Amino acid sequence: MQIAMTFRALAAAVAFLSAAPANAYLAYVSNEKGNSITIIDTDKLEAVKTVKVGRRPRGIELTKDGSELFICAGDDDTIQVLDTGTLQITGNLPSGPDPELLTLSPDGKIVYVSNENDNLVTMIDAKRKEQVGDVPVGVEPEGMALSPDGKILVNTSETTNMAHLIDTQTKKIVANILVDARPRFAEFKKDGSELWVSSEVGGTVSVIDPVKQIMKQKIVFEIPGLSKEAIQPIGISITRDGKKAFVALGPANRVAVIDAETKKIEKYLLVGQRVWHLAFTPDEKYLLTANGVSNDVSVIDVASLKVVKSIPVGAFPWGVAVSPK
Amino acid sequence: MHDRAPAAIRFPKETPLISFAEPSTLRKMRKQFAVGALMAALTILTAPPSAFADPLTVKVGVLRQTHSNETLSILDLPAPDDTLAGAQLGATDNNTTGKFTGQSFDVLDVKLADSDDAAAAVDKLGEQGVSLIIADLSAERLLAAAERAKAHGALIFNASAVDDSLREENCRANVFHIAPTRSMLADGLAQYLIWKQWRRWLLIKGSHPEDELFAQALRSSAKKFGAKIVDERVYADTGGGRRSDSGSVQTQRQMPVLTQNAPAYDVLLAADESQVFAGYLPYRTWDPRPVAGSAGLMPVSWDASHEQWGAVQLQNRFIHDFRRPMNARDNSAWLAMRMIGEAATRTNSSDPDKLRAFLIGPDLSIAAFKGVRLTLRPWNLQLRQPILLSDGRMIVSVSPQEGFLHQSSELDTLGPDKPETKCRLQ
Repeated sequence: MQIAMTFRALAAAVAFLSAAPANAYLAYVSNEKGNSITIIDTDKLEAVKTVKVGRRPRGIELTKDGSELFICAGDDDTIQVLDTGTLQITGNLPSGPDPELLTLSPDGKIVYVSNENDNLVTMIDAKRKEQVGDVPVGVEPEGMALSPDGKILVNTSETTNMAHLIDTQTKKIVANILVDARPRFAEFKKDGSELWVSSEVGGTVSVIDPVKQIMKQKIVFEIPGLSKEAIQPIGISITRDGKKAFVALGPANRVAVIDAETKKIEKYLLVGQRVWHLAFTPDEKYLLTANGVSNDVSVIDVASLKVVKSIPVGAFPWGVAVSPK
Repeated sequence: MHDRAPAAIRFPKETPLISFAEPSTLRKMRKQFAVGALMAALTILTAPPSAFADPLTVKVGVLRQTHSNETLSILDLPAPDDTLAGAQLGATDNNTTGKFTGQSFDVLDVKLADSDDAAAAVDKLGEQGVSLIIADLSAERLLAAAERAKAHGALIFNASAVDDSLREENCRANVFHIAPTRSMLADGLAQYLIWKQWRRWLLIKGSHPEDELFAQALRSSAKKFGAKIVDERVYADTGGGRRSDSGSVQTQRQMPVLTQNAPAYDVLLAADESQVFAGYLPYRTWDPRPVAGSAGLMPVSWDASHEQWGAVQLQNRFIHDFRRPMNARDNSAWLAMRMIGEAATRTNSSDPDKLRAFLIGPDLSIAAFKGVRLTLRPWNLQLRQPILLSDGRMIVSVSPQEGFLHQSSELDTLGPDKPETKCRLQ
């Protein structure tokens, strides 16, 4: 067994010898129906471990130092905390019913989570494991993002079709911006200059000026041979320098590559089926995509814009996060 | 009540802002609370920042008739708040959005007795300032209501009539069709049966005119997608009730007789909209064959078991508020209310002309938990939508099926397409 393992590792290493040596990070993938987290070694580009967690894990987020993974276990109505060292669940956060996506304050002290059933955004003290506030938002809150300075929290509500901008200090909504149908995910540019919101059913990405609190532009996707209905934007990742954006297009089985300055679509990369969420490795060498229907993760080489590998994971992968360690 | 008012800032979702609906005790309680909530709402409307200055109230009428209690399964018995409950949930959802936009949505319920005149009811709603009406009416009554609504400049949202004629020769420019047609339902079922390679169909229809209409839809689906109806039989409705203390003894003997000596077939299709016999067919056929159509595998626009694409959230909200599962009529009414809400939000108006222009325009894109965006067919105002195939417990599949292609939208493989339409909107 050990020999076989070593041989496989060796084979993988040989296969990637030609590529520049990558830093070894660990990527975590939530398997919605597998009730598990698959851990991927981004150097070997293979799954190294599977951890059983709560039921219906979807949104996952790592603490800045990578020591803990927060897991929205929707069917257990809780957020689980996984110690990434021991791979043991060390606690639960009182998220309210059916948590789906969360985001962390820059200092890691506050967890912001969307509660679809209550039309609330809930704020939880991560250490004390207590709710410290909530904000009423639109119907079926889902996407969560925090401005890089931690001052503005964004929540998208799927049936109200708005991005709600919330002041994290006063816990009050400061702006509501209408976007296209079923907004599911929000992402800031790292310099805080733009907020991108994907609309799954509307089929667009809205680019919002978070300072002026207005819609700047809408990005529309067209793929020859695919009907408009099949193009359903979900996950968004933007490079640190703000130059390139990647948008997962769900059942279109593609990731759109966008010039984040001109907003021009440069390319569509074919990945696995029903692509949900995306995450860069910390060095931005790779972008990993969770493909819900094909039970795998596609690895995109960011420099060459090529899909270099698909890694089998658990059943119905949904979220992905990569550790700095 | 007033000292509790601050709670209304949160607008608990079980609290409809205003409801003039038939009150159950629960509803009555909510209504009382809602008045307090409304007062609070009006005072805090200015609090959340909003780009929309003036508060706008959108009144929506629900015009509905009584549905028959003659169902084979007691699970299909209509609820007292059938259709209405869906509209109320839609209004609650719209009101949650409305607190950010300064809009509120009211539901006015009008339940017609068998002898009541639908057109007169439209007049009455018009007097109350209602020009948006969700209708749960027969084809005949719907046309009468539409005619009168035209005089008021009102729009009708058809939540339940599946008649193709309403979208073809009898189409109206002020009637939006939320419910699918018989032909969309039949095509949705047919595509799946073809995908299964069950191409030989035995058709048994009831003796009511609607049964013949559904049979016609199934025949044209067979022709369209390449199935063969090997034999056609009629089950005559000889009257009589659906319940009997004697139970299933006779049924168990009758159904094999009805289905024996059939040519070789793959699946039995039942066209029985009045629930006279179809529900008795599964597991009782002479040959061991699956049943589809009005029983067994049923093409529907909604089912209480549908949970994909976030649908479970809507099901949860509905059960929480109304303590019963959501049926297809409720869902259509919810969807109609959402379309009205969407149009009102985007146009910041309750003017029927402006709402209509938005709804038929290119910007409409409705999220309805069906996996794809829903839009309107501009040529006859029919909502494009996937068809769910339910066995009453689970969603077995969703049509259009893979491989049924169309140059503009796969959803237009269901029902008559633009080139075939007989509709001239006026």
